[in-house]
Amino acid sequence: MSDVAVPKLPKLDVRGLTMEYGDNRVLERLSLTVEAGSFCTIVGASGCGKSTFLRLLLSQEVPTGGRILLDGKPLPPEPTPDRGIVFQRYSVFPHLSVEENLILAAEFERAAFTGRLIGKARTEAREAVAETLNKIGLFAAKDRFPAQLSGGMQQRLAIAQALMKRPKILLLDEPFGALDPGIRVDMHELLLGLWEEFSMTIFMVTHDIAEAFKLGTRMLVFDKVRHDPENPEAYGANVTYDLPLNRSTDDAAPEASDLFRAPKTII
Amino acid sequence: MGAIPFVAVLISYMIASHLRRLDNPADKLLPSLETMGASFWRMAFEADKRSGNFLLWTDTFDSLWRLGIGMGVATSLALILGIAIGFIPHTRSALAPFVATISLIPPITILPILFIMFGLGELSKIMLIVLGTAPVMVRSIAQSVIDIPREMIIKAETLGASVWQMVWRLVVPQTLPRLITAIRLGLVPGWIFLISAEAIASTGGLGYRIFLVRRYLAMDVILPYVFWITLLAFVIDRLLLLLSKRAFPWHHIGGESL
Repeated sequence: MSDVAVPKLPKLDVRGLTMEYGDNRVLERLSLTVEAGSFCTIVGASGCGKSTFLRLLLSQEVPTGGRILLDGKPLPPEPTPDRGIVFQRYSVFPHLSVEENLILAAEFERAAFTGRLIGKARTEAREAVAETLNKIGLFAAKDRFPAQLSGGMQQRLAIAQALMKRPKILLLDEPFGALDPGIRVDMHELLLGLWEEFSMTIFMVTHDIAEAFKLGTRMLVFDKVRHDPENPEAYGANVTYDLPLNRSTDDAAPEASDLFRAPKTII
Repeated sequence: MGAIPFVAVLISYMIASHLRRLDNPADKLLPSLETMGASFWRMAFEADKRSGNFLLWTDTFDSLWRLGIGMGVATSLALILGIAIGFIPHTRSALAPFVATISLIPPITILPILFIMFGLGELSKIMLIVLGTAPVMVRSIAQSVIDIPREMIIKAETLGASVWQMVWRLVVPQTLPRLITAIRLGLVPGWIFLISAEAIASTGGLGYRIFLVRRYLAMDVILPYVFWITLLAFVIDRLLLLLSKRAFPWHHIGGESL
Protein backbone atom coordinates (compact mmCIF):
# COMPACT_ATOMS: atom_id res chain seq x y z
CA MET A 1 0.00 0.00 0.00
CA SER A 2 1.31 3.37 -0.96
CA ASP A 3 -0.23 6.60 0.18
CA VAL A 4 1.69 8.64 -2.37
CA ALA A 5 -0.36 7.85 -5.45
CA VAL A 6 -3.74 8.67 -3.92
CA PRO A 7 -4.96 11.85 -5.64
CA LYS A 8 -6.40 14.49 -3.36
CA LEU A 9 -10.16 14.56 -3.69
CA PRO A 10 -11.81 17.94 -4.04
CA LYS A 11 -14.11 18.77 -1.12
CA LEU A 12 -17.01 19.31 -3.45
CA ASP A 13 -17.43 18.06 -6.99
CA VAL A 14 -20.42 19.36 -8.94
CA ARG A 15 -21.07 17.68 -12.26
CA GLY A 16 -23.57 18.79 -14.89
CA LEU A 17 -25.91 20.21 -12.29
CA THR A 18 -29.29 21.17 -13.75
CA MET A 19 -32.35 22.44 -11.90
CA GLU A 20 -35.72 22.98 -13.50
CA TYR A 21 -39.02 24.08 -12.02
CA GLY A 22 -41.52 22.99 -14.67
CA ASP A 23 -40.50 24.85 -17.82
CA ASN A 24 -38.33 27.25 -15.89
CA ARG A 25 -34.72 26.15 -16.15
CA VAL A 26 -32.78 27.85 -13.39
CA LEU A 27 -29.39 26.13 -13.52
CA GLU A 28 -27.99 24.42 -16.57
CA ARG A 29 -25.12 21.89 -16.69
CA LEU A 30 -23.10 23.57 -13.99
CA SER A 31 -19.78 21.89 -13.21
CA LEU A 32 -17.42 22.97 -10.49
CA THR A 33 -14.80 21.56 -8.15
CA VAL A 34 -14.04 23.24 -4.88
CA GLU A 35 -11.03 22.53 -2.65
CA ALA A 36 -11.40 22.13 1.08
CA GLY A 37 -10.97 25.40 2.93
CA SER A 38 -12.14 27.61 0.09
CA PHE A 39 -14.26 30.68 0.76
CA CYS A 40 -16.46 30.92 -2.33
CA THR A 41 -18.49 34.06 -2.72
CA ILE A 42 -21.37 33.81 -5.16
CA VAL A 43 -22.68 36.89 -6.94
CA GLY A 44 -24.99 37.46 -9.86
CA ALA A 45 -28.21 39.12 -10.91
CA SER A 46 -31.47 38.23 -9.19
CA GLY A 47 -33.06 35.04 -10.46
CA CYS A 48 -29.77 33.56 -11.62
CA GLY A 49 -29.97 30.52 -9.42
CA LYS A 50 -27.58 31.55 -6.66
CA SER A 51 -29.94 30.64 -3.85
CA THR A 52 -31.10 27.58 -5.78
CA PHE A 53 -27.48 26.43 -5.97
CA LEU A 54 -27.18 26.87 -2.21
CA ARG A 55 -30.40 24.92 -1.59
CA LEU A 56 -29.06 22.09 -3.76
CA LEU A 57 -25.79 22.06 -1.79
CA LEU A 58 -27.88 21.80 1.36
CA SER A 59 -30.09 18.99 -0.04
CA GLN A 60 -33.08 21.20 0.64
CA GLU A 61 -34.03 20.42 -2.97
CA VAL A 62 -33.07 17.60 -5.32
CA PRO A 63 -31.51 18.57 -8.68
CA THR A 64 -33.35 17.51 -11.84
CA GLY A 65 -30.03 16.64 -13.49
CA GLY A 66 -26.38 16.09 -12.64
CA ARG A 67 -24.98 15.37 -9.23
CA ILE A 68 -23.03 16.76 -6.33
CA LEU A 69 -20.27 14.77 -4.68
CA LEU A 70 -19.13 15.70 -1.20
CA ASP A 71 -15.76 14.09 -0.38
CA GLY A 72 -16.37 11.82 -3.37
CA LYS A 73 -19.75 10.61 -2.16
CA PRO A 74 -23.20 11.74 -3.33
CA LEU A 75 -24.91 14.22 -1.03
CA PRO A 76 -27.38 12.76 1.46
CA PRO A 77 -30.98 13.30 0.34
CA GLU A 78 -31.83 15.69 3.17
CA PRO A 79 -30.04 18.40 5.17
CA THR A 80 -27.51 16.94 7.62
CA PRO A 81 -25.23 18.41 10.30
CA ASP A 82 -22.18 18.25 8.01
CA ARG A 83 -23.50 21.34 6.19
CA GLY A 84 -24.44 24.38 8.27
CA ILE A 85 -26.72 27.12 7.02
CA VAL A 86 -27.38 30.76 7.83
CA PHE A 87 -30.30 32.42 6.12
CA GLN A 88 -30.97 36.13 5.86
CA ARG A 89 -33.99 35.74 8.16
CA TYR A 90 -35.63 33.08 10.34
CA SER A 91 -32.32 31.41 11.11
CA VAL A 92 -32.67 31.29 14.89
CA PHE A 93 -35.57 30.00 16.94
CA PRO A 94 -37.71 32.83 18.33
CA HIS A 95 -39.05 30.83 21.28
CA LEU A 96 -35.59 30.04 22.67
CA SER A 97 -33.23 32.40 24.45
CA VAL A 98 -29.79 33.09 23.00
CA GLU A 99 -28.24 30.43 25.20
CA GLU A 100 -31.00 27.90 24.50
CA ASN A 101 -30.51 28.44 20.78
CA LEU A 102 -26.85 27.49 21.17
CA ILE A 103 -27.30 24.40 23.35
CA LEU A 104 -30.08 23.05 21.13
CA ALA A 105 -27.69 21.07 18.92
CA ALA A 106 -26.21 19.34 21.98
CA GLU A 107 -29.72 18.64 23.27
CA PHE A 108 -30.71 17.02 19.98
CA GLU A 109 -27.60 14.87 20.16
CA ARG A 110 -27.80 13.76 23.77
CA ALA A 111 -31.54 13.56 24.43
CA ALA A 112 -32.78 11.44 21.56
CA PHE A 113 -36.36 11.20 22.76
CA THR A 114 -37.22 14.57 24.29
CA GLY A 115 -34.52 16.72 22.68
CA ARG A 116 -34.25 18.48 26.03
CA LEU A 117 -31.47 18.27 28.60
CA ILE A 118 -32.23 18.71 32.28
CA GLY A 119 -30.26 19.04 35.49
CA LYS A 120 -26.54 18.43 35.38
CA ALA A 121 -26.41 17.65 31.66
CA ARG A 122 -28.06 20.98 30.93
CA THR A 123 -25.64 22.85 33.17
CA GLU A 124 -22.74 21.22 31.34
CA ALA A 125 -24.20 22.15 27.97
CA ARG A 126 -24.62 25.74 29.15
CA GLU A 127 -21.04 25.88 30.38
CA ALA A 128 -19.89 24.50 27.04
CA VAL A 129 -21.35 27.44 25.12
CA ALA A 130 -20.10 30.16 27.48
CA GLU A 131 -16.94 30.68 25.44
CA THR A 132 -18.92 30.90 22.21
CA LEU A 133 -21.24 33.46 23.80
CA ASN A 134 -18.23 35.55 24.76
CA LYS A 135 -16.69 35.30 21.32
CA ILE A 136 -19.82 36.54 19.58
CA GLY A 137 -20.32 39.23 22.22
CA LEU A 138 -23.64 37.90 23.42
CA PHE A 139 -22.73 36.67 26.90
CA ALA A 140 -24.54 39.57 28.57
CA ALA A 141 -27.56 38.92 26.33
CA LYS A 142 -27.67 35.15 26.78
CA ASP A 143 -31.09 35.11 28.43
CA ARG A 144 -32.73 37.40 25.88
CA PHE A 145 -34.97 36.20 23.10
CA PRO A 146 -33.93 36.80 19.47
CA ALA A 147 -36.68 39.39 19.02
CA GLN A 148 -34.95 41.46 21.71
CA LEU A 149 -31.65 41.52 19.77
CA SER A 150 -30.48 43.83 17.00
CA GLY A 151 -30.19 42.44 13.47
CA GLY A 152 -26.42 42.10 13.78
CA MET A 153 -26.68 40.26 17.10
CA GLN A 154 -29.28 37.91 15.63
CA GLN A 155 -27.00 37.03 12.71
CA ARG A 156 -24.02 36.52 15.04
CA LEU A 157 -26.17 34.11 16.98
CA ALA A 158 -27.31 32.42 13.76
CA ILE A 159 -23.71 31.89 12.62
CA ALA A 160 -22.62 30.60 16.02
CA GLN A 161 -25.60 28.25 16.12
CA ALA A 162 -24.83 26.94 12.63
CA LEU A 163 -21.29 26.13 13.77
CA MET A 164 -22.30 24.18 16.89
CA LYS A 165 -22.15 20.90 14.96
CA ARG A 166 -18.76 21.89 13.49
CA PRO A 167 -19.90 21.50 9.86
CA LYS A 168 -17.31 20.99 7.15
CA ILE A 169 -19.29 23.24 4.84
CA LEU A 170 -21.01 26.47 5.83
CA LEU A 171 -23.65 27.90 3.52
CA LEU A 172 -24.58 31.57 3.88
CA ASP A 173 -27.55 32.97 1.95
CA GLU A 174 -27.19 36.76 1.99
CA PRO A 175 -26.50 36.65 5.71
CA PHE A 176 -25.71 40.35 6.04
CA GLY A 177 -28.21 41.61 3.47
CA ALA A 178 -30.40 43.27 6.08
CA LEU A 179 -27.61 44.82 8.15
CA ASP A 180 -26.17 48.35 8.29
CA PRO A 181 -22.81 48.82 6.52
CA GLY A 182 -20.97 49.52 9.79
CA ILE A 183 -22.28 46.34 11.37
CA ARG A 184 -21.33 44.37 8.26
CA VAL A 185 -17.66 45.17 8.72
CA ASP A 186 -17.76 43.70 12.24
CA MET A 187 -19.54 40.64 10.88
CA HIS A 188 -16.84 40.19 8.22
CA GLU A 189 -14.15 40.11 10.91
CA LEU A 190 -16.10 37.57 12.93
CA LEU A 191 -16.79 35.38 9.91
CA LEU A 192 -13.17 35.39 8.67
CA GLY A 193 -11.94 34.53 12.17
CA LEU A 194 -14.35 31.60 12.41
CA TRP A 195 -13.49 30.43 8.90
CA GLU A 196 -9.84 30.14 9.85
CA GLU A 197 -10.55 28.61 13.24
CA PHE A 198 -12.92 25.96 11.94
CA SER A 199 -11.03 25.39 8.64
CA MET A 200 -14.26 24.89 6.79
CA THR A 201 -15.41 25.47 3.24
CA ILE A 202 -17.75 28.42 2.90
CA PHE A 203 -20.25 29.28 0.18
CA MET A 204 -21.72 32.72 0.57
CA VAL A 205 -24.35 34.32 -1.64
CA THR A 206 -24.22 38.09 -1.55
CA HIS A 207 -25.49 41.08 -3.50
CA ASP A 208 -22.64 43.24 -2.24
CA ILE A 209 -19.83 42.85 -4.76
CA ALA A 210 -17.29 44.60 -2.53
CA GLU A 211 -18.12 42.12 0.21
CA ALA A 212 -17.63 39.27 -2.29
CA PHE A 213 -14.16 40.54 -3.15
CA LYS A 214 -13.22 41.25 0.43
CA LEU A 215 -14.18 37.89 1.92
CA GLY A 216 -13.72 35.29 -0.80
CA THR A 217 -10.76 33.25 -1.90
CA ARG A 218 -12.74 32.53 -4.99
CA MET A 219 -15.63 34.36 -6.57
CA LEU A 220 -18.27 32.64 -8.67
CA VAL A 221 -20.37 34.85 -10.91
CA PHE A 222 -23.68 33.30 -11.88
CA ASP A 223 -25.29 34.41 -15.11
CA LYS A 224 -27.18 33.05 -18.07
CA VAL A 225 -24.85 32.04 -20.87
CA ARG A 226 -27.55 32.02 -23.48
CA HIS A 227 -30.65 34.13 -23.54
CA ASP A 228 -33.76 33.88 -25.68
CA PRO A 229 -35.77 37.10 -25.41
CA GLU A 230 -38.86 35.28 -26.70
CA ASN A 231 -38.59 32.76 -23.90
CA PRO A 232 -36.44 34.05 -21.06
CA GLU A 233 -36.91 30.92 -18.98
CA ALA A 234 -35.65 28.50 -21.62
CA TYR A 235 -31.99 28.60 -20.60
CA GLY A 236 -30.53 28.26 -17.15
CA ALA A 237 -27.65 30.03 -15.48
CA ASN A 238 -24.11 28.80 -15.12
CA VAL A 239 -20.89 30.03 -13.59
CA THR A 240 -19.78 32.63 -16.13
CA TYR A 241 -16.78 33.90 -14.19
CA ASP A 242 -14.68 31.92 -11.75
CA LEU A 243 -12.16 34.26 -10.21
CA PRO A 244 -9.46 33.18 -7.80
CA LEU A 245 -8.99 36.02 -5.33
CA ASN A 246 -5.91 36.86 -3.42
CA ARG A 247 -6.88 38.81 -0.40
CA SER A 248 -3.33 39.92 0.36
CA THR A 249 -3.04 42.18 -2.69
CA ASP A 250 -4.52 45.60 -2.57
CA ASP A 251 -5.61 45.69 -6.18
CA ALA A 252 -8.68 47.76 -6.72
CA ALA A 253 -11.75 45.68 -7.27
CA PRO A 254 -12.86 45.62 -10.90
CA GLU A 255 -16.05 47.40 -11.77
CA ALA A 256 -19.13 45.23 -11.38
CA SER A 257 -20.25 46.11 -14.91
CA ASP A 258 -17.09 44.47 -16.30
CA LEU A 259 -18.04 41.19 -14.72
CA PHE A 260 -21.52 40.86 -16.14
CA ARG A 261 -21.06 40.56 -19.86
CA ALA A 262 -24.00 41.17 -22.12
CA PRO A 263 -25.76 37.84 -22.64
CA LYS A 264 -25.53 36.30 -26.07
CA THR A 265 -28.86 36.54 -27.79
CA ILE A 266 -30.14 33.56 -29.69
CA ILE A 267 -33.05 34.08 -32.02
CA MET B 1 -61.76 56.03 29.22
CA GLY B 2 -62.80 52.44 28.72
CA ALA B 3 -65.37 52.75 31.51
CA ILE B 4 -67.40 55.47 29.79
CA PRO B 5 -69.53 53.23 27.50
CA PHE B 6 -70.23 50.86 30.43
CA VAL B 7 -71.40 53.72 32.65
CA ALA B 8 -73.48 55.16 29.80
CA VAL B 9 -75.33 51.85 29.29
CA LEU B 10 -75.88 51.47 33.03
CA ILE B 11 -77.31 54.98 33.38
CA SER B 12 -79.57 54.52 30.33
CA TYR B 13 -80.87 51.30 31.82
CA MET B 14 -81.53 52.93 35.19
CA ILE B 15 -83.46 55.78 33.54
CA ALA B 16 -85.52 53.42 31.36
CA SER B 17 -86.21 51.15 34.31
CA HIS B 18 -87.23 54.11 36.47
CA LEU B 19 -89.64 55.44 33.82
CA ARG B 20 -91.29 52.03 33.37
CA ARG B 21 -91.72 51.58 37.12
CA LEU B 22 -93.29 55.05 37.38
CA ASP B 23 -96.00 53.71 35.04
CA ASN B 24 -96.30 50.36 36.72
CA PRO B 25 -94.55 49.68 40.03
CA ALA B 26 -94.93 45.91 39.43
CA ASP B 27 -93.10 46.02 36.09
CA LYS B 28 -91.06 42.88 35.49
CA LEU B 29 -89.31 43.72 32.21
CA LEU B 30 -86.78 46.27 33.44
CA PRO B 31 -86.36 45.55 37.16
CA SER B 32 -84.47 48.01 39.33
CA LEU B 33 -80.85 47.38 40.25
CA GLU B 34 -81.97 46.77 43.86
CA THR B 35 -84.40 44.03 42.79
CA MET B 36 -81.78 42.38 40.63
CA GLY B 37 -79.23 42.64 43.43
CA ALA B 38 -81.66 41.02 45.86
CA SER B 39 -82.48 38.21 43.41
CA PHE B 40 -78.81 37.61 42.73
CA TRP B 41 -78.13 37.51 46.47
CA ARG B 42 -80.96 35.02 46.91
CA MET B 43 -79.60 32.76 44.12
CA ALA B 44 -76.09 32.93 45.50
CA PHE B 45 -76.42 32.86 49.27
CA GLU B 46 -79.83 31.43 50.17
CA ALA B 47 -80.38 27.71 49.86
CA ASP B 48 -83.08 26.74 47.38
CA LYS B 49 -86.21 25.61 49.28
CA ARG B 50 -86.78 22.56 47.15
CA SER B 51 -83.24 21.25 46.60
CA GLY B 52 -81.35 22.92 49.45
CA ASN B 53 -78.67 24.01 46.97
CA PHE B 54 -77.16 27.43 46.47
CA LEU B 55 -78.38 27.62 42.89
CA LEU B 56 -75.95 30.16 41.42
CA TRP B 57 -72.96 28.12 42.53
CA THR B 58 -74.31 24.72 41.51
CA ASP B 59 -75.35 26.19 38.14
CA THR B 60 -71.93 27.76 37.68
CA PHE B 61 -70.17 24.57 38.66
CA ASP B 62 -72.29 22.45 36.28
CA SER B 63 -71.72 24.82 33.38
CA LEU B 64 -68.00 25.37 33.90
CA TRP B 65 -67.48 21.64 34.29
CA ARG B 66 -69.16 20.93 30.94
CA LEU B 67 -67.38 23.81 29.24
CA GLY B 68 -64.04 22.79 30.73
CA ILE B 69 -64.29 19.16 29.65
CA GLY B 70 -65.57 20.14 26.20
CA MET B 71 -62.88 22.75 25.62
CA GLY B 72 -60.24 20.42 27.07
CA VAL B 73 -61.11 17.72 24.55
CA ALA B 74 -61.31 20.27 21.73
CA THR B 75 -57.90 21.69 22.73
CA SER B 76 -56.27 18.25 22.77
CA LEU B 77 -57.75 17.48 19.36
CA ALA B 78 -56.58 20.85 18.04
CA LEU B 79 -53.02 20.28 19.22
CA ILE B 80 -52.70 16.66 18.06
CA LEU B 81 -54.61 16.88 14.78
CA GLY B 82 -53.41 20.42 14.06
CA ILE B 83 -49.75 19.40 14.27
CA ALA B 84 -50.38 16.14 12.39
CA ILE B 85 -52.12 18.03 9.58
CA GLY B 86 -49.77 20.99 9.58
CA PHE B 87 -46.47 19.13 9.84
CA ILE B 88 -47.00 15.81 8.04
CA PRO B 89 -47.94 16.24 4.36
CA HIS B 90 -49.56 12.78 4.13
CA THR B 91 -51.84 13.47 7.07
CA ARG B 92 -52.64 16.84 5.60
CA SER B 93 -53.80 15.43 2.27
CA ALA B 94 -55.78 12.71 4.06
CA LEU B 95 -57.46 14.76 6.79
CA ALA B 96 -57.54 18.46 5.86
CA PRO B 97 -60.55 18.28 3.47
CA PHE B 98 -62.47 16.20 6.00
CA VAL B 99 -61.82 18.59 8.89
CA ALA B 100 -62.66 21.56 6.66
CA THR B 101 -65.99 19.96 5.76
CA ILE B 102 -66.85 19.02 9.34
CA SER B 103 -66.08 22.56 10.47
CA LEU B 104 -68.75 23.87 8.09
CA ILE B 105 -71.61 21.81 9.56
CA PRO B 106 -73.68 24.15 11.72
CA PRO B 107 -73.07 22.36 15.05
CA ILE B 108 -76.51 23.09 16.48
CA THR B 109 -78.09 21.05 13.65
CA ILE B 110 -76.42 17.91 14.95
CA LEU B 111 -77.65 18.49 18.50
CA PRO B 112 -80.76 16.29 17.90
CA ILE B 113 -78.46 13.57 16.55
CA LEU B 114 -76.30 13.84 19.66
CA PHE B 115 -79.36 13.64 21.93
CA ILE B 116 -80.53 10.53 20.06
CA MET B 117 -77.07 8.91 20.08
CA PHE B 118 -75.80 9.86 23.52
CA GLY B 119 -79.01 10.50 25.42
CA LEU B 120 -79.90 13.66 27.30
CA GLY B 121 -77.02 13.38 29.80
CA GLU B 122 -73.71 15.17 30.02
CA LEU B 123 -72.09 13.40 27.08
CA SER B 124 -74.29 14.94 24.41
CA LYS B 125 -73.74 18.47 25.78
CA ILE B 126 -69.98 18.00 25.93
CA MET B 127 -69.97 16.50 22.45
CA LEU B 128 -71.80 19.55 21.13
CA ILE B 129 -69.13 21.84 22.56
CA VAL B 130 -66.36 19.62 21.15
CA LEU B 131 -67.90 19.34 17.69
CA GLY B 132 -68.72 23.01 17.64
CA THR B 133 -65.27 24.27 18.54
CA ALA B 134 -62.66 21.61 17.70
CA PRO B 135 -62.77 21.65 13.85
CA VAL B 136 -62.12 25.38 13.61
CA MET B 137 -59.42 25.15 16.28
CA VAL B 138 -57.77 22.24 14.43
CA ARG B 139 -57.73 24.27 11.23
CA SER B 140 -56.26 27.30 12.94
CA ILE B 141 -53.50 25.27 14.62
CA ALA B 142 -52.73 23.39 11.39
CA GLN B 143 -52.35 26.73 9.62
CA SER B 144 -50.05 28.12 12.28
CA VAL B 145 -47.86 25.00 11.99
CA ILE B 146 -47.75 25.45 8.21
CA ASP B 147 -46.77 29.09 8.76
CA ILE B 148 -43.61 28.16 10.68
CA PRO B 149 -40.89 29.39 8.30
CA ARG B 150 -39.36 26.56 6.28
CA GLU B 151 -35.94 27.99 7.13
CA MET B 152 -36.38 26.99 10.78
CA ILE B 153 -37.21 23.39 9.93
CA ILE B 154 -34.14 23.24 7.66
CA LYS B 155 -31.99 24.78 10.35
CA ALA B 156 -33.18 22.19 12.88
CA GLU B 157 -32.29 19.42 10.42
CA THR B 158 -28.77 20.81 10.04
CA LEU B 159 -28.50 20.79 13.85
CA GLY B 160 -29.20 17.08 13.80
CA ALA B 161 -32.84 17.02 14.90
CA SER B 162 -34.98 13.96 14.27
CA VAL B 163 -38.59 14.44 13.16
CA TRP B 164 -39.79 13.72 16.69
CA GLN B 165 -37.33 16.22 18.18
CA MET B 166 -38.47 18.84 15.70
CA VAL B 167 -42.08 18.32 16.74
CA TRP B 168 -41.18 18.42 20.42
CA ARG B 169 -38.71 21.29 20.50
CA LEU B 170 -39.80 23.39 17.54
CA VAL B 171 -43.37 22.83 16.44
CA VAL B 172 -45.12 22.32 19.78
CA PRO B 173 -43.48 25.29 21.59
CA GLN B 174 -44.11 27.63 18.67
CA THR B 175 -47.71 26.42 18.44
CA LEU B 176 -48.68 26.67 22.12
CA PRO B 177 -49.26 30.46 22.24
CA ARG B 178 -51.39 30.12 19.11
CA LEU B 179 -53.25 27.30 20.82
CA ILE B 180 -54.14 29.66 23.65
CA THR B 181 -55.41 32.17 21.10
CA ALA B 182 -57.43 29.38 19.49
CA ILE B 183 -58.92 28.45 22.89
CA ARG B 184 -59.87 32.06 23.57
CA LEU B 185 -61.58 32.35 20.20
CA GLY B 186 -63.11 28.87 20.56
CA LEU B 187 -64.64 29.79 23.92
CA VAL B 188 -66.98 32.24 22.19
CA PRO B 189 -68.92 29.54 20.26
CA GLY B 190 -68.17 27.19 23.17
CA TRP B 191 -70.35 29.26 25.50
CA ILE B 192 -73.10 29.45 22.85
CA PHE B 193 -73.27 25.68 22.48
CA LEU B 194 -73.12 25.17 26.23
CA ILE B 195 -76.06 27.50 26.91
CA SER B 196 -77.99 26.06 23.94
CA ALA B 197 -77.57 22.47 25.06
CA GLU B 198 -78.49 23.37 28.65
CA ALA B 199 -81.53 25.33 27.50
CA ILE B 200 -82.89 22.37 25.56
CA ALA B 201 -82.29 19.43 27.87
CA SER B 202 -80.76 19.79 31.30
CA THR B 203 -81.49 19.79 34.99
CA GLY B 204 -78.91 22.34 36.01
CA GLY B 205 -76.50 24.91 34.66
CA LEU B 206 -76.50 28.61 33.89
CA GLY B 207 -78.26 28.15 30.55
CA TYR B 208 -80.86 25.85 32.10
CA ARG B 209 -81.62 28.44 34.81
CA ILE B 210 -82.19 31.44 32.55
CA PHE B 211 -84.40 29.44 30.20
CA LEU B 212 -86.31 28.02 33.19
CA VAL B 213 -87.09 31.36 34.85
CA ARG B 214 -87.96 32.86 31.44
CA ARG B 215 -91.39 31.24 31.93
CA TYR B 216 -92.01 33.61 34.86
CA LEU B 217 -90.62 36.66 33.04
CA ALA B 218 -88.04 36.74 35.84
CA MET B 219 -85.83 39.40 34.31
CA ASP B 220 -84.49 40.10 37.79
CA VAL B 221 -82.79 36.68 37.63
CA ILE B 222 -82.05 36.52 33.89
CA LEU B 223 -80.20 39.84 33.67
CA PRO B 224 -77.83 39.16 36.61
CA TYR B 225 -77.20 35.67 35.20
CA VAL B 226 -76.32 37.12 31.80
CA PHE B 227 -74.02 39.57 33.57
CA TRP B 228 -72.49 36.70 35.58
CA ILE B 229 -71.92 34.56 32.45
CA THR B 230 -70.29 37.52 30.72
CA LEU B 231 -68.09 38.12 33.75
CA LEU B 232 -67.03 34.46 33.83
CA ALA B 233 -66.22 34.53 30.10
CA PHE B 234 -64.28 37.75 30.53
CA VAL B 235 -62.25 36.47 33.48
CA ILE B 236 -61.42 33.19 31.69
CA ASP B 237 -60.33 35.13 28.62
CA ARG B 238 -58.09 37.46 30.64
CA LEU B 239 -56.58 34.55 32.58
CA LEU B 240 -55.71 32.80 29.32
CA LEU B 241 -54.08 35.96 28.00
CA LEU B 242 -52.13 36.29 31.25
CA LEU B 243 -51.05 32.65 30.98
CA SER B 244 -49.86 33.24 27.42
CA LYS B 245 -47.84 36.28 28.47
CA ARG B 246 -46.31 34.50 31.44
CA ALA B 247 -45.55 31.20 29.74
CA PHE B 248 -44.58 32.50 26.29
CA PRO B 249 -43.05 35.96 26.75
CA TRP B 250 -41.19 35.64 23.42
CA HIS B 251 -44.55 35.58 21.63
CA HIS B 252 -45.57 38.94 23.06
CA ILE B 253 -42.38 40.91 22.39
CA GLY B 254 -42.92 43.98 20.29
CA GLY B 255 -46.65 43.72 19.87
CA GLU B 256 -49.76 44.56 21.83
CA SER B 257 -51.98 41.61 22.65
CA LEU B 258 -55.74 41.98 22.85
